[in-house]
Amino acid sequence: MNGVHDMGGMQDMGPIKHELDEPPFHEPWEGRVYALNRSAAATGNWTLDATRYEIELIPPADYLRMSYYERWYTRLIELLVKRQMVTRAEVESGLAAKDSAKVTPALTLATLPPVLSAANPARPDANAAARFAVGQKVRTRNINPVHHTRLPRYARGKQGFVMRDHGIFVFPDTNAHFAGETPQHLYSVRFAARELWGNDASARDTVHLDLWDDYLEDA
Amino acid sequence: MDATRRDFLAAAGAAVTPSADPVDAAEHQHQLVPPEPTLRVKALESLLVEKGIVDPAALDAIVDYFEHKIGPRDGARVVARAWVDPTFKQHLLTDASSAIAQLGYASVRGERLTVLENTPQLHNLVVCTLCSCYPWPLLGLPPVWYKSSAYRSRAVIDPRGVLREFGCTLSDDVEVRVWDSTAELRYLVLPERPAGSDLLSEHDLAALVTRDSMVGVAKVASPSLGDAQ
Repeated sequence: MNGVHDMGGMQDMGPIKHELDEPPFHEPWEGRVYALNRSAAATGNWTLDATRYEIELIPPADYLRMSYYERWYTRLIELLVKRQMVTRAEVESGLAAKDSAKVTPALTLATLPPVLSAANPARPDANAAARFAVGQKVRTRNINPVHHTRLPRYARGKQGFVMRDHGIFVFPDTNAHFAGETPQHLYSVRFAARELWGNDASARDTVHLDLWDDYLEDA
Repeated sequence: MDATRRDFLAAAGAAVTPSADPVDAAEHQHQLVPPEPTLRVKALESLLVEKGIVDPAALDAIVDYFEHKIGPRDGARVVARAWVDPTFKQHLLTDASSAIAQLGYASVRGERLTVLENTPQLHNLVVCTLCSCYPWPLLGLPPVWYKSSAYRSRAVIDPRGVLREFGCTLSDDVEVRVWDSTAELRYLVLPERPAGSDLLSEHDLAALVTRDSMVGVAKVASPSLGDAQ
Protein backbone atom coordinates (compact mmCIF):
# COMPACT_ATOMS: atom_id res chain seq x y z
CA MET A 1 0.00 0.00 0.00
CA ASN A 2 1.33 3.43 -0.92
CA GLY A 3 0.81 4.66 2.63
CA VAL A 4 2.48 7.37 4.66
CA HIS A 5 4.49 4.68 6.45
CA ASP A 6 6.46 4.21 3.20
CA MET A 7 8.40 7.40 3.75
CA GLY A 8 11.87 6.66 2.38
CA GLY A 9 12.92 9.68 0.32
CA MET A 10 10.55 12.26 1.80
CA GLN A 11 12.28 15.50 2.71
CA ASP A 12 10.11 17.69 4.89
CA MET A 13 9.81 15.72 8.10
CA GLY A 14 11.95 18.19 10.05
CA PRO A 15 15.13 17.72 12.10
CA ILE A 16 15.99 14.45 13.83
CA LYS A 17 15.39 14.82 17.55
CA HIS A 18 18.20 13.01 19.29
CA GLU A 19 17.97 12.27 23.00
CA LEU A 20 21.06 11.34 24.95
CA ASP A 21 20.90 8.10 26.99
CA GLU A 22 17.32 7.48 25.99
CA PRO A 23 15.48 4.86 28.10
CA PRO A 24 13.74 1.84 26.48
CA PHE A 25 10.36 3.26 27.54
CA HIS A 26 9.63 6.90 28.37
CA GLU A 27 6.46 6.12 30.32
CA PRO A 28 5.32 2.94 32.07
CA TRP A 29 2.33 2.66 29.70
CA GLU A 30 4.69 2.30 26.74
CA GLY A 31 6.26 -0.79 28.30
CA ARG A 32 2.81 -2.23 29.01
CA VAL A 33 1.70 -1.64 25.41
CA TYR A 34 4.84 -3.35 24.15
CA ALA A 35 4.34 -6.33 26.47
CA LEU A 36 0.62 -6.57 25.64
CA ASN A 37 1.48 -6.73 21.94
CA ARG A 38 4.09 -9.43 22.48
CA SER A 39 1.82 -11.46 24.74
CA ALA A 40 -1.23 -11.21 22.50
CA ALA A 41 0.85 -12.13 19.43
CA ALA A 42 1.84 -15.37 21.18
CA THR A 43 -1.73 -16.58 20.68
CA GLY A 44 -0.76 -17.15 17.05
CA ASN A 45 -3.91 -15.40 15.91
CA TRP A 46 -1.94 -13.15 13.58
CA THR A 47 1.43 -12.94 11.89
CA LEU A 48 4.21 -10.41 12.38
CA ASP A 49 3.46 -9.17 8.87
CA ALA A 50 -0.19 -8.68 9.81
CA THR A 51 0.87 -6.50 12.75
CA ARG A 52 2.86 -4.29 10.38
CA TYR A 53 -0.02 -4.02 7.94
CA GLU A 54 -2.38 -3.04 10.76
CA ILE A 55 -0.15 -0.07 11.60
CA GLU A 56 -0.10 0.87 7.92
CA LEU A 57 -3.90 1.04 8.00
CA ILE A 58 -3.87 3.88 10.54
CA PRO A 59 -5.08 6.99 8.64
CA PRO A 60 -2.09 9.11 7.58
CA ALA A 61 -2.81 12.20 9.68
CA ASP A 62 -3.26 9.99 12.76
CA TYR A 63 -0.17 7.98 11.90
CA LEU A 64 1.99 11.11 11.80
CA ARG A 65 0.50 12.58 14.93
CA MET A 66 0.70 9.42 17.06
CA SER A 67 3.75 8.41 19.01
CA TYR A 68 5.24 5.01 18.22
CA TYR A 69 3.58 3.16 21.09
CA GLU A 70 0.27 4.83 20.50
CA ARG A 71 0.33 3.20 17.06
CA TRP A 72 1.05 -0.11 18.79
CA TYR A 73 -1.90 0.44 21.12
CA THR A 74 -4.19 1.24 18.19
CA ARG A 75 -3.15 -1.72 16.06
CA LEU A 76 -3.43 -4.15 18.97
CA ILE A 77 -7.06 -3.18 19.49
CA GLU A 78 -7.79 -3.49 15.76
CA LEU A 79 -6.22 -6.97 15.64
CA LEU A 80 -8.05 -8.14 18.78
CA VAL A 81 -11.37 -6.94 17.38
CA LYS A 82 -10.76 -8.38 13.90
CA ARG A 83 -9.85 -11.77 15.34
CA GLN A 84 -12.95 -11.58 17.56
CA MET A 85 -10.94 -11.80 20.76
CA VAL A 86 -12.56 -8.65 22.16
CA THR A 87 -15.40 -6.37 21.12
CA ARG A 88 -15.22 -2.60 20.78
CA ALA A 89 -17.75 -2.34 23.60
CA GLU A 90 -15.37 -4.27 25.84
CA VAL A 91 -12.46 -2.02 24.89
CA GLU A 92 -14.54 1.06 25.62
CA SER A 93 -15.72 -0.19 28.99
CA GLY A 94 -12.53 -2.01 29.97
CA LEU A 95 -14.77 -4.89 31.16
CA ALA A 96 -15.39 -8.30 29.64
CA ALA A 97 -18.92 -8.94 28.41
CA LYS A 98 -20.93 -11.14 30.79
CA ASP A 99 -21.16 -14.06 28.37
CA SER A 100 -17.60 -13.79 27.06
CA ALA A 101 -15.40 -16.87 27.06
CA LYS A 102 -12.33 -16.99 29.25
CA VAL A 103 -9.21 -18.40 27.63
CA THR A 104 -5.79 -19.40 28.94
CA PRO A 105 -2.90 -17.02 28.19
CA ALA A 106 -0.57 -18.28 25.48
CA LEU A 107 2.35 -16.62 27.21
CA THR A 108 2.76 -17.03 30.96
CA LEU A 109 5.69 -16.58 33.28
CA ALA A 110 6.20 -20.35 33.05
CA THR A 111 6.16 -20.46 29.23
CA LEU A 112 8.06 -17.23 28.66
CA PRO A 113 11.22 -18.17 26.79
CA PRO A 114 14.47 -17.05 28.43
CA VAL A 115 15.24 -15.21 25.22
CA LEU A 116 12.41 -13.25 23.68
CA SER A 117 13.06 -14.04 20.05
CA ALA A 118 11.17 -12.54 17.14
CA ALA A 119 7.49 -13.42 17.05
CA ASN A 120 7.67 -14.73 13.51
CA PRO A 121 10.13 -17.44 12.52
CA ALA A 122 10.03 -15.98 8.99
CA ARG A 123 12.02 -18.94 7.64
CA PRO A 124 9.65 -21.67 6.58
CA ASP A 125 10.69 -25.26 6.28
CA ALA A 126 10.15 -25.32 2.54
CA ASN A 127 11.93 -25.65 -0.74
CA ALA A 128 11.91 -23.06 -3.48
CA ALA A 129 14.30 -22.52 -6.35
CA ALA A 130 16.23 -19.26 -6.44
CA ARG A 131 15.29 -17.27 -9.54
CA PHE A 132 18.34 -15.03 -9.32
CA ALA A 133 22.03 -15.55 -8.69
CA VAL A 134 24.56 -13.55 -6.71
CA GLY A 135 26.12 -10.95 -9.00
CA GLN A 136 23.14 -10.84 -11.32
CA LYS A 137 21.71 -7.53 -12.50
CA VAL A 138 18.02 -7.27 -11.61
CA ARG A 139 15.22 -4.75 -11.80
CA THR A 140 12.59 -4.29 -9.15
CA ARG A 141 9.05 -4.62 -10.42
CA ASN A 142 6.94 -1.51 -10.71
CA ILE A 143 4.08 -2.59 -8.49
CA ASN A 144 1.59 -0.53 -6.51
CA PRO A 145 -0.38 -3.10 -4.52
CA VAL A 146 -3.09 -1.96 -2.13
CA HIS A 147 -2.05 -4.76 0.24
CA HIS A 148 0.99 -5.02 2.49
CA THR A 149 4.36 -5.01 0.75
CA ARG A 150 7.98 -4.58 1.79
CA LEU A 151 9.12 -3.14 -1.54
CA PRO A 152 9.29 0.59 -0.79
CA ARG A 153 8.11 3.06 -3.40
CA TYR A 154 11.54 4.64 -3.75
CA ALA A 155 13.00 1.33 -4.92
CA ARG A 156 10.40 0.28 -7.51
CA GLY A 157 11.36 -0.03 -11.16
CA LYS A 158 15.03 0.36 -10.26
CA GLN A 159 18.07 -1.56 -11.39
CA GLY A 160 20.41 -3.15 -8.90
CA PHE A 161 22.68 -6.12 -8.26
CA VAL A 162 22.10 -9.22 -6.17
CA MET A 163 24.84 -9.22 -3.54
CA ARG A 164 23.74 -12.16 -1.40
CA ASP A 165 21.11 -14.90 -1.35
CA HIS A 166 19.75 -15.08 2.20
CA GLY A 167 17.83 -18.30 1.55
CA ILE A 168 14.12 -18.97 1.78
CA PHE A 169 11.81 -16.66 3.74
CA VAL A 170 8.10 -16.12 4.26
CA PHE A 171 6.67 -13.61 1.76
CA PRO A 172 5.11 -10.68 3.67
CA ASP A 173 2.73 -9.67 0.87
CA THR A 174 0.67 -12.83 1.36
CA ASN A 175 1.55 -13.69 4.95
CA ALA A 176 0.21 -10.35 6.20
CA HIS A 177 -3.20 -11.26 4.81
CA PHE A 178 -3.33 -14.87 6.04
CA ALA A 179 -3.04 -15.93 2.38
CA GLY A 180 -0.14 -18.31 2.93
CA GLU A 181 3.59 -18.07 3.49
CA THR A 182 4.53 -18.24 -0.22
CA PRO A 183 8.10 -19.24 0.70
CA GLN A 184 10.73 -17.86 -1.65
CA HIS A 185 14.30 -16.65 -1.80
CA LEU A 186 15.26 -13.35 -0.28
CA TYR A 187 18.25 -11.39 -1.56
CA SER A 188 20.35 -8.45 -0.51
CA VAL A 189 20.17 -6.12 -3.52
CA ARG A 190 22.49 -3.15 -3.95
CA PHE A 191 21.33 0.00 -5.72
CA ALA A 192 23.54 2.92 -6.69
CA ALA A 193 22.31 6.06 -4.93
CA ARG A 194 22.17 7.71 -8.38
CA GLU A 195 19.87 4.97 -9.69
CA LEU A 196 17.44 5.79 -6.89
CA TRP A 197 17.84 9.55 -6.58
CA GLY A 198 19.47 10.84 -9.75
CA ASN A 199 22.77 12.53 -10.38
CA ASP A 200 22.65 14.87 -7.38
CA ALA A 201 23.41 11.83 -5.22
CA SER A 202 27.00 10.79 -4.56
CA ALA A 203 28.45 8.53 -7.24
CA ARG A 204 30.02 6.42 -4.48
CA ASP A 205 27.00 5.80 -2.31
CA THR A 206 24.69 2.79 -2.38
CA VAL A 207 21.50 1.62 -0.70
CA HIS A 208 20.96 -2.06 0.12
CA LEU A 209 17.51 -3.60 0.48
CA ASP A 210 16.45 -7.15 1.30
CA LEU A 211 14.05 -8.14 -1.46
CA TRP A 212 12.04 -11.26 -2.27
CA ASP A 213 12.00 -13.14 -5.58
CA ASP A 214 8.53 -11.82 -6.43
CA TYR A 215 9.77 -8.22 -6.27
CA LEU A 216 12.43 -8.80 -8.91
CA GLU A 217 12.72 -9.35 -12.65
CA ASP A 218 15.58 -9.71 -15.10
CA ALA A 219 17.27 -6.45 -15.99
CA MET B 1 10.60 26.42 1.04
CA ASP B 2 10.70 23.78 3.75
CA ALA B 3 9.00 26.06 6.25
CA THR B 4 6.26 26.89 3.78
CA ARG B 5 5.50 23.25 3.06
CA ARG B 6 5.55 22.40 6.75
CA ASP B 7 3.09 25.19 7.44
CA PHE B 8 0.86 23.83 4.70
CA LEU B 9 0.97 20.33 6.15
CA ALA B 10 0.32 21.61 9.65
CA ALA B 11 -2.69 23.56 8.40
CA ALA B 12 -3.93 20.41 6.66
CA GLY B 13 -3.91 18.58 9.98
CA ALA B 14 -0.80 16.47 9.61
CA ALA B 15 1.82 16.75 12.32
CA VAL B 16 5.20 17.40 10.76
CA THR B 17 7.07 15.40 13.34
CA PRO B 18 5.76 12.93 15.88
CA SER B 19 4.43 14.89 18.81
CA ALA B 20 6.24 14.62 22.12
CA ASP B 21 2.81 14.45 23.67
CA PRO B 22 1.52 11.00 22.71
CA VAL B 23 -2.09 12.03 22.64
CA ASP B 24 -3.65 15.24 21.53
CA ALA B 25 -6.84 15.04 23.55
CA ALA B 26 -8.66 17.45 21.25
CA GLU B 27 -8.17 15.04 18.35
CA HIS B 28 -9.59 12.09 20.24
CA GLN B 29 -12.85 13.41 21.58
CA HIS B 30 -14.75 10.81 19.57
CA GLN B 31 -13.25 8.08 21.73
CA LEU B 32 -15.28 6.85 24.66
CA VAL B 33 -12.23 5.51 26.47
CA PRO B 34 -10.27 7.88 28.70
CA PRO B 35 -7.92 9.96 26.53
CA GLU B 36 -4.89 9.62 28.79
CA PRO B 37 -2.67 6.81 27.54
CA THR B 38 -1.97 5.55 31.05
CA LEU B 39 -5.65 5.04 31.76
CA ARG B 40 -6.47 3.68 28.32
CA VAL B 41 -3.68 1.12 28.51
CA LYS B 42 -4.59 0.12 32.05
CA ALA B 43 -8.16 -0.47 30.92
CA LEU B 44 -6.99 -2.60 27.99
CA GLU B 45 -4.61 -4.63 30.16
CA SER B 46 -7.32 -5.21 32.74
CA LEU B 47 -9.71 -6.40 30.02
CA LEU B 48 -7.17 -8.78 28.47
CA VAL B 49 -6.26 -10.20 31.88
CA GLU B 50 -9.93 -10.67 32.73
CA LYS B 51 -10.48 -12.54 29.45
CA GLY B 52 -7.41 -14.69 30.01
CA ILE B 53 -5.62 -13.45 26.89
CA VAL B 54 -2.55 -12.17 28.76
CA ASP B 55 -0.80 -13.03 32.01
CA PRO B 56 0.20 -9.93 34.02
CA ALA B 57 3.29 -11.67 35.42
CA ALA B 58 4.47 -12.35 31.87
CA LEU B 59 3.88 -8.68 31.01
CA ASP B 60 6.04 -7.65 33.97
CA ALA B 61 8.77 -10.03 32.84
CA ILE B 62 8.71 -8.74 29.27
CA VAL B 63 9.02 -5.12 30.41
CA ASP B 64 11.81 -6.08 32.82
CA TYR B 65 13.63 -7.94 30.03
CA PHE B 66 13.71 -4.90 27.77
CA GLU B 67 14.36 -2.39 30.55
CA HIS B 68 17.07 -4.29 32.40
CA LYS B 69 18.26 -7.46 30.68
CA ILE B 70 19.29 -6.34 27.21
CA GLY B 71 20.55 -3.10 25.73
CA PRO B 72 23.36 -1.39 23.81
CA ARG B 73 25.95 -2.64 26.31
CA ASP B 74 25.53 -6.09 24.72
CA GLY B 75 26.43 -4.75 21.30
CA ALA B 76 29.30 -2.73 22.80
CA ARG B 77 30.74 -5.90 24.31
CA VAL B 78 30.65 -7.60 20.90
CA VAL B 79 32.32 -4.61 19.22
CA ALA B 80 35.09 -4.42 21.83
CA ARG B 81 35.83 -8.13 21.43
CA ALA B 82 36.06 -7.69 17.67
CA TRP B 83 38.52 -4.84 18.13
CA VAL B 84 40.90 -6.89 20.27
CA ASP B 85 40.47 -10.33 18.69
CA PRO B 86 41.01 -10.54 14.91
CA THR B 87 39.82 -14.16 14.76
CA PHE B 88 36.59 -13.28 16.49
CA LYS B 89 36.17 -10.26 14.22
CA GLN B 90 36.50 -12.41 11.11
CA HIS B 91 33.99 -14.85 12.53
CA LEU B 92 31.62 -11.98 13.40
CA LEU B 93 31.77 -10.53 9.89
CA THR B 94 31.17 -13.87 8.17
CA ASP B 95 28.67 -15.48 10.59
CA ALA B 96 27.50 -13.06 13.25
CA SER B 97 25.00 -15.47 14.79
CA SER B 98 27.51 -18.15 15.70
CA ALA B 99 30.13 -15.55 16.68
CA ILE B 100 27.93 -13.87 19.27
CA ALA B 101 26.85 -17.27 20.58
CA GLN B 102 30.54 -17.64 21.56
CA LEU B 103 30.14 -14.62 23.82
CA GLY B 104 27.27 -16.27 25.62
CA TYR B 105 24.41 -14.71 23.69
CA ALA B 106 21.95 -17.45 22.82
CA SER B 107 22.13 -18.05 19.10
CA VAL B 108 18.44 -17.30 18.67
CA ARG B 109 19.12 -13.73 19.67
CA GLY B 110 21.57 -13.34 16.85
CA GLU B 111 19.60 -15.15 14.22
CA ARG B 112 19.88 -13.52 10.83
CA LEU B 113 22.20 -10.87 12.21
CA THR B 114 24.71 -9.33 9.82
CA VAL B 115 27.58 -7.19 11.08
CA LEU B 116 28.87 -4.44 8.76
CA GLU B 117 32.39 -3.13 9.23
CA ASN B 118 33.10 0.57 8.98
CA THR B 119 36.54 1.53 7.69
CA PRO B 120 38.22 4.83 6.77
CA GLN B 121 36.87 4.31 3.22
CA LEU B 122 33.44 2.85 3.96
CA HIS B 123 30.65 3.99 6.26
CA ASN B 124 27.56 1.82 6.86
CA LEU B 125 24.27 3.27 8.11
CA VAL B 126 21.20 1.27 9.17
CA VAL B 127 17.56 2.36 8.82
CA CYS B 128 14.10 0.86 8.51
CA THR B 129 12.15 3.18 6.22
CA LEU B 130 8.91 1.17 6.49
CA CYS B 131 8.67 0.65 10.25
CA SER B 132 11.23 0.13 13.02
CA CYS B 133 13.31 -3.01 12.34
CA TYR B 134 16.45 -2.78 14.45
CA PRO B 135 19.12 -5.18 15.78
CA TRP B 136 17.39 -5.32 19.15
CA PRO B 137 18.93 -8.62 20.26
CA LEU B 138 22.21 -6.71 20.67
CA LEU B 139 21.00 -3.13 21.14
CA GLY B 140 17.66 -3.43 22.91
CA LEU B 141 14.64 -1.50 21.68
CA PRO B 142 15.24 1.30 19.18
CA PRO B 143 15.36 4.93 20.34
CA VAL B 144 12.62 7.36 19.29
CA TRP B 145 14.80 9.10 16.72
CA TYR B 146 15.40 5.80 14.89
CA LYS B 147 11.62 5.32 14.60
CA SER B 148 10.94 8.95 13.71
CA SER B 149 9.63 10.12 10.36
CA ALA B 150 12.59 12.48 10.11
CA TYR B 151 15.19 9.71 10.25
CA ARG B 152 13.29 7.07 8.30
CA SER B 153 12.50 9.42 5.44
CA ARG B 154 15.89 11.03 4.99
CA ALA B 155 18.42 8.29 5.78
CA VAL B 156 18.08 6.73 2.31
CA ILE B 157 18.03 9.91 0.22
CA ASP B 158 20.46 12.07 2.21
CA PRO B 159 22.58 9.84 4.45
CA ARG B 160 25.45 12.34 4.49
CA GLY B 161 23.11 15.10 5.64
CA VAL B 162 21.71 12.84 8.36
CA LEU B 163 25.24 12.01 9.48
CA ARG B 164 26.14 15.71 9.61
CA GLU B 165 23.09 16.27 11.79
CA PHE B 166 24.55 13.71 14.21
CA GLY B 167 27.87 15.56 14.09
CA CYS B 168 29.61 13.16 11.72
CA THR B 169 30.92 14.80 8.55
CA LEU B 170 32.32 12.38 6.00
CA SER B 171 34.73 13.25 3.23
CA ASP B 172 33.44 12.87 -0.35
CA ASP B 173 35.84 9.98 -1.00
CA VAL B 174 34.24 7.81 1.69
CA GLU B 175 31.59 5.41 0.38
CA VAL B 176 28.31 5.48 2.27
CA ARG B 177 26.25 2.26 2.30
CA VAL B 178 22.73 2.54 3.62
CA TRP B 179 20.98 -0.66 4.75
CA ASP B 180 17.19 -0.45 4.64
CA SER B 181 15.92 -3.28 6.87
CA THR B 182 13.02 -4.42 4.70
CA ALA B 183 13.05 -8.10 5.81
CA GLU B 184 13.75 -10.28 8.85
CA LEU B 185 17.47 -9.63 8.72
CA ARG B 186 19.07 -7.34 11.23
CA TYR B 187 22.13 -5.18 10.73
CA LEU B 188 24.67 -4.01 13.28
CA VAL B 189 27.55 -1.68 12.43
CA LEU B 190 31.05 -2.50 13.67
CA PRO B 191 32.43 1.02 14.10
CA GLU B 192 36.08 1.93 13.62
CA ARG B 193 38.25 1.61 16.70
CA PRO B 194 39.17 5.17 17.66
CA ALA B 195 42.68 6.55 17.71
CA GLY B 196 44.30 6.71 21.13
CA SER B 197 42.59 3.56 22.40
CA ASP B 198 45.56 1.21 21.98
CA LEU B 199 46.24 0.79 25.69
CA LEU B 200 42.64 0.30 26.79
CA SER B 201 41.35 -3.02 28.08
CA GLU B 202 38.48 -4.77 26.31
CA HIS B 203 36.23 -3.67 29.16
CA ASP B 204 37.23 -0.01 28.81
CA LEU B 205 36.88 -0.20 25.03
CA ALA B 206 33.31 -1.44 25.41
CA ALA B 207 32.57 1.61 27.55
CA LEU B 208 33.49 3.86 24.60
CA VAL B 209 31.05 2.24 22.17
CA THR B 210 27.74 4.09 21.80
CA ARG B 211 24.39 2.88 20.52
CA ASP B 212 24.56 5.51 17.77
CA SER B 213 27.90 4.20 16.51
CA MET B 214 26.44 0.69 16.12
CA VAL B 215 23.54 2.05 14.05
CA GLY B 216 26.08 3.97 11.98
CA VAL B 217 25.01 7.55 12.68
CA ALA B 218 28.16 8.34 14.64
CA LYS B 219 31.78 7.33 15.05
CA VAL B 220 33.27 6.19 18.31
CA ALA B 221 35.15 9.09 19.89
CA SER B 222 38.74 8.81 21.01
CA PRO B 223 38.93 8.28 24.76
CA SER B 224 40.53 11.68 25.30
CA LEU B 225 37.69 13.51 23.57
CA GLY B 226 35.05 12.31 25.98
CA ASP B 227 31.91 12.15 23.90
CA ALA B 228 31.06 10.37 20.70
CA GLN B 229 31.00 12.28 17.45
